[in-house]
This record gives sequence, C-alpha cells and structure tokens, in this order.
Amino acid sequence: MIEAYGLTKRYGAKTAVYNLSFQVRPGAVTGFLGPNGSGKSTTMRMILGLDTPTSGRVTVGGHAFRGLPNAPRQVGALLDAKAVHGGRSARNHLLSLAQLSGIPARRVDEVLGVVGLQEVGKKRSKGFSLGMGQRLGIAAALLGDPQVLLFDEPVNGLDPEGILWVRNLMRRLASEGRTVFVSSHLMSEMAQTADHLIVIGRGQLMADMSVQEFIERNSVGFARVRTPDTEPEQREKLIVALQEAGGQAQPENDGALRVTGLPLPRISDLAHSADVRLWELSPHQASLEEAYMRLTQGSVDYRSTTDMRAGLQQPAGAPGMAVPGTVPPQAAPVPGAAAQMPPAPQGNPYVAQQPVPQQAPQPGAPEGGTLQMRAQQPPAGAAGSSTSSTTKNEGEDA
Amino acid sequence: MSTQQYEGQAAGQANWPNGIAPYNSPIPMARTHLGHALVSEWTKIRTVRSTVWTLSVMFVLVVGIGLLTAMALSGDDYTGMPLLSSGLFGLMLGQLCVITLGVLVVTSEYGTGMIRTTLTACPQRGRVLLAKAVVFFVLAFVMTTLACTLTALINSALLSDQTRPSYVSDSNFGGSFEGGKLVASGGEWLGATVGAGLYVALLGLLSLAVGALLRHSAGAITTMMGVVLLPLVMALFMAGEALKDVRDFLLEYSPLNGLASLYRIPMTEDQDATGWPLLGGLAVVTLIILGVAYALLHKRDV
Repeated sequence: MIEAYGLTKRYGAKTAVYNLSFQVRPGAVTGFLGPNGSGKSTTMRMILGLDTPTSGRVTVGGHAFRGLPNAPRQVGALLDAKAVHGGRSARNHLLSLAQLSGIPARRVDEVLGVVGLQEVGKKRSKGFSLGMGQRLGIAAALLGDPQVLLFDEPVNGLDPEGILWVRNLMRRLASEGRTVFVSSHLMSEMAQTADHLIVIGRGQLMADMSVQEFIERNSVGFARVRTPDTEPEQREKLIVALQEAGGQAQPENDGALRVTGLPLPRISDLAHSADVRLWELSPHQASLEEAYMRLTQGSVDYRSTTDMRAGLQQPAGAPGMAVPGTVPPQAAPVPGAAAQMPPAPQGNPYVAQQPVPQQAPQPGAPEGGTLQMRAQQPPAGAAGSSTSSTTKNEGEDA
Repeated sequence: MSTQQYEGQAAGQANWPNGIAPYNSPIPMARTHLGHALVSEWTKIRTVRSTVWTLSVMFVLVVGIGLLTAMALSGDDYTGMPLLSSGLFGLMLGQLCVITLGVLVVTSEYGTGMIRTTLTACPQRGRVLLAKAVVFFVLAFVMTTLACTLTALINSALLSDQTRPSYVSDSNFGGSFEGGKLVASGGEWLGATVGAGLYVALLGLLSLAVGALLRHSAGAITTMMGVVLLPLVMALFMAGEALKDVRDFLLEYSPLNGLASLYRIPMTEDQDATGWPLLGGLAVVTLIILGVAYALLHKRDV
C-alpha cells in the first residue's frame, strides 16, 4: 500500500508535483499515467525517498520509505534502466544489491533467470541493449521479493515479446497480492495491464479510477449534433426530443451536443419530427488514448484558457473545467499526436474552416504551450459555418 | 450514460480490486546494518576496472620509480639523503592514482545513476557513505603501505652500503648513521611505510569526501589535484622577502610537504619534522569534509 497526502515538489520556481493525494492498493496493477514532464518520475522518486517533498508526505506500508528497516525486502523499484554502473557485470551488480539487504547470493541467479538474463550475467552491463537494461532493472526490483513494486516506464525499449512478458509479470505479481505501481505515458499499454489508473497532468491529479470505469466513461460511441447557432430555441427543442426518446445530450463548449444512447438515424428522425434543422450529425468513437489525451490536455487548457479569455469575448460554455475526472469537451485530437504536448491544433473540425483571430504574443505569456493552445480555440459562437460531418477520428456509427 | 459521468474520481473508489491477501515473502527478512553495506561496497569496489587499474598503476609507479631511483643512486658513496627517502618520488605520482580512485568510488555512482539504485536499496544514506569510506580507506591503506614497504626494502637493500663522509656530522644531514654506515631508524621505517600509506589513504579519503560533495568525477579529481599540487607550485613562484611568510605557509602546509616529512626530507627549514603532526592535520580536515558530505547527502535530492 502506497499512500500520498498532499504531495508537492518544487524545484526553484517550477512546480513539478502539486498537492497530489492518492492510494495504491495491494492485489492490483495501478497504472500511473501522464505525459512527459507531468511529474511521474518525481512522484516515484519521492515515494522512494530519493527526493524530499516540499510539502506533504508519502508512506509505503504506513512508513516513510527512508524509515524502512530493510527497504529492498519491502519495496522493489525500477526507476531508470541505466541506473547501473556499466563496468560491472549484471550478476555482480545484483550481488552488491543483494548483500546490501542481506539477501542470499543464490537469489541473484534466481532473478537473473526470471528476467531471462542468465546467459549474460557475467557480461558487463555497459554493452546491454535498452531492453536488457530494463530486464536487469526489473531483476533488481524483484531481488528482495518485496510486497510493493514500482516500475517507471518498464516497457521502454522492449520488443513486443518483452512487452507481453512485462505485462504478464505485472499481472502475476499483482495476483500474488503485491502492490504494483507502474508508470507509463502509453494509455493503450496501461489499458491492457492495469486494473486501476491514476492520471496526472502537470503534476496534478486528473483521474483516479478503475480502468473499467475509465473505459466506461471515456471509450463510448457518441454523436456530435449541431443545431444552427443562430437559433438556440431549436437546440432546446432537440434536447427535449432526444431525452424523451431515451438519449442523453450533453452540451459541448463550442455549442454542439454530445449525444449518447441513440443511433444516428434515430437522432436524425427525431430532429426531423421536431422540426429542427441540423448543421452537423457525426459519429464519434473516443478511444482510450484520445480520452487520456484530452484528460491530460485539460490541464493545459486550464491554464491557457484563462489567459486567452482576457483578450477574447467568450459568452457561453465555460471551458477549462479541469475537475479531476473531467474530459474537457473538445473535439477529438488526431491520432498519432500522442507524443506532442500540447497536441497539434487540428482536432476541432471548426477550426480549419474558421479564420481564428490570432492575438499577438503577449509578453509574459505563462507557458510555452499557450500560444499554440490559443490558436486552437476559436471564439465560441463565431464558429458555426462548418459543414464538415466527421472528424478524422471517425469510428463506427454510434 | 448519465450526464454526471465526468463528475470526479470519488465514485471510482468502489471499484478497487479487493479480496486478495497482501503478499508475504517466504524468504526470511534480516534487519540490515553496516556489515551488509560493507560487504556490498567491497563487492562493488572489487568488480569495477577502475579499482584494478588505479591501484596497479599506483603500485607500478611507486615500486618502479623507487627501484629505478635506488639503482641510479646505488653507485654513489653518499647521496646526502636518508636511506628510505627516495621512495617519495614514486609515491608523489602514485598518490594521484589513489586520489582518482577515491573520487571515483563515489562519483562513478552519480555519473552512471547507480546512486539512485543504491540509495533505493539502502535508504540509510549515511550508512552507504560510511561503508564506502571504510572499504576504500582500508583497501587504499593496505595497497599503498604494501607498495611503500616494498620500495623501502629495495632502498634499504641497494643503498645501505653508503658511508658517512668526513665532512658530514651525525646531526647535520638527513639520515641516521651506525658505525659510519647509513641506516634507517625505526621512526624512519615507520614513516616511510605505515606513515606514507596512512597519509596517501587519508588523501584518498579526502578525495572520496570531495567527490561526495561535488558529485562529479572531473570536478572532484581536478579539485584534489589542485589541493595536492597547487600550494607547492604557487610557493615556487613567490620570490622575494615580502612574500616569505605566505611562501613558508604554503610550503609547510602543502600536502606534499606532509608526505616528504614522513620520508624525512621536509620542504621547510625545519629539518626535524617527522610529518606525523601534518598527518594528524590531514586526518582532521578529512573528517570535517567527510562530515559535511555526510550531512549534505542526507539533505540533498538524488
């Protein structure tokens, strides 16, 4: 069990982790997700007592890590595959760690076998590939047969066979009743490995829920429906009609509706019988990766939007509700933009057609992402001319 | 799906996978202590090439230069130096190897990132530093003392047939005489073997502490080279009466003077200096720096 309370870490003026509270429980694989630079590694270092939190605290099994009488027997960690002295052989590296916590030397050969490095145990780890380095790091984590395991991006550099192996290993470790905490920036990987997700963005908690719940909330088909912006009463009429038919309509911040529970033809029929014109009716399928990206992008939106609105009129649909667990209702971003932070400003189909009034860069704009994000957001109410019916993320019909 | 679906995280807590008993390892757990860290550090220091290299080079330099010097001097009737003193020349170079190893014992862990693995495996950071210091100090002391003893034996064997010329009085020039022949007193033997070994091992330990402070190999090695060599070099360039006090101070407290005094050829005018007080001073300085490194290691993020 890992428990963090109000964990905050500042490096000078930069806040890496802010007020992070969560619990990681035994018997499950808990995925720790966040884009690069979101504070995952910093959090892991604080759990392991390598970094001292600026405020807040974190305990492992009820104790601060640095107070554990025999840390490797209680907590195993893979922080960085290259955190070894390259001139030492894999076996001697593990032997020195085993001796440090009174673990018998034959356990070293055991874990070398578990990770499949018995053939190269005598070789210096300098010549290891990234994947072999990861295996060596995992061997070090398993050395003490600990109750709690932390892995920082364990599949980095592994081949597909290795990824599958790590996935099965994590699941097996968790099924034995261990606490397994795995960080990753790949949602798709975590969806297959983890039982529970903790998502952070910019050092703040964005979501803390089971994978199943995350999927239920985020990976659903829905229809985007848009009524003429000039006639809000049509929109109200349609919402009533949809709800009477058993659908759910949620407003999106650009004025469109996100409709779930009704197939597209039925929505069209309902609109027709309610005498409502539609400007858009498009099917959408949010993948987990998209949901995750929108979630983490939310933290970016939160900051840039407040800045942006100072210069733009924004009459309705307050964006930037980055409540933990909230998906900012933006159109889906482009697949493949996963590595970018912030994502490429192409997600909203209304942006491409609508010339966006660009502001001159303001001196003292707070973050590097601000300008891009500003360009991405059209002023609400001014973007009604599109006839586009789908985004690039078109999936099957809802 | 309800419109409240994005409300927050609280609702998710109910879905924790439960019902699995927390894992308990069947391997018996020992409470760790300094002994474990010492064994571990011994494994670490003997399994990297830098240890083998630096100590071999030190050994070759000390014994090799000692042998060559002794052979070159053995033809002379009287060299004007105490019997064992030519061991100093090799050790002046050999000590740089020990300094390098002392620095590397700590900084190689920072350079490779190994320190994070080490401090995760042993969060009692002071114990790690103490174990490193003890293992390195003992190893450096034993190896240096061995090399110095071997050199002293060579000197003694090759140079002991020197006789005292008539113009030299017993107390005038370095060295002890017995029946007109040059011999080494017990104090000289002690200084040229154990004393020199201790002195160089202490310098290495100081380097280890400086390495723990700076956490950077090149920076720490450069700093230690400066500490060892600069006072003497600076003193050489300080001519003139006005700078005499500074020059004398630099000469007397130069780390090289401590070593030279142990060989009974001090660089100052005080020809009776044995080097032991300077060795004590070096020990005090080393312990202070080690203490600062210990305190900072606890405080700093890794």
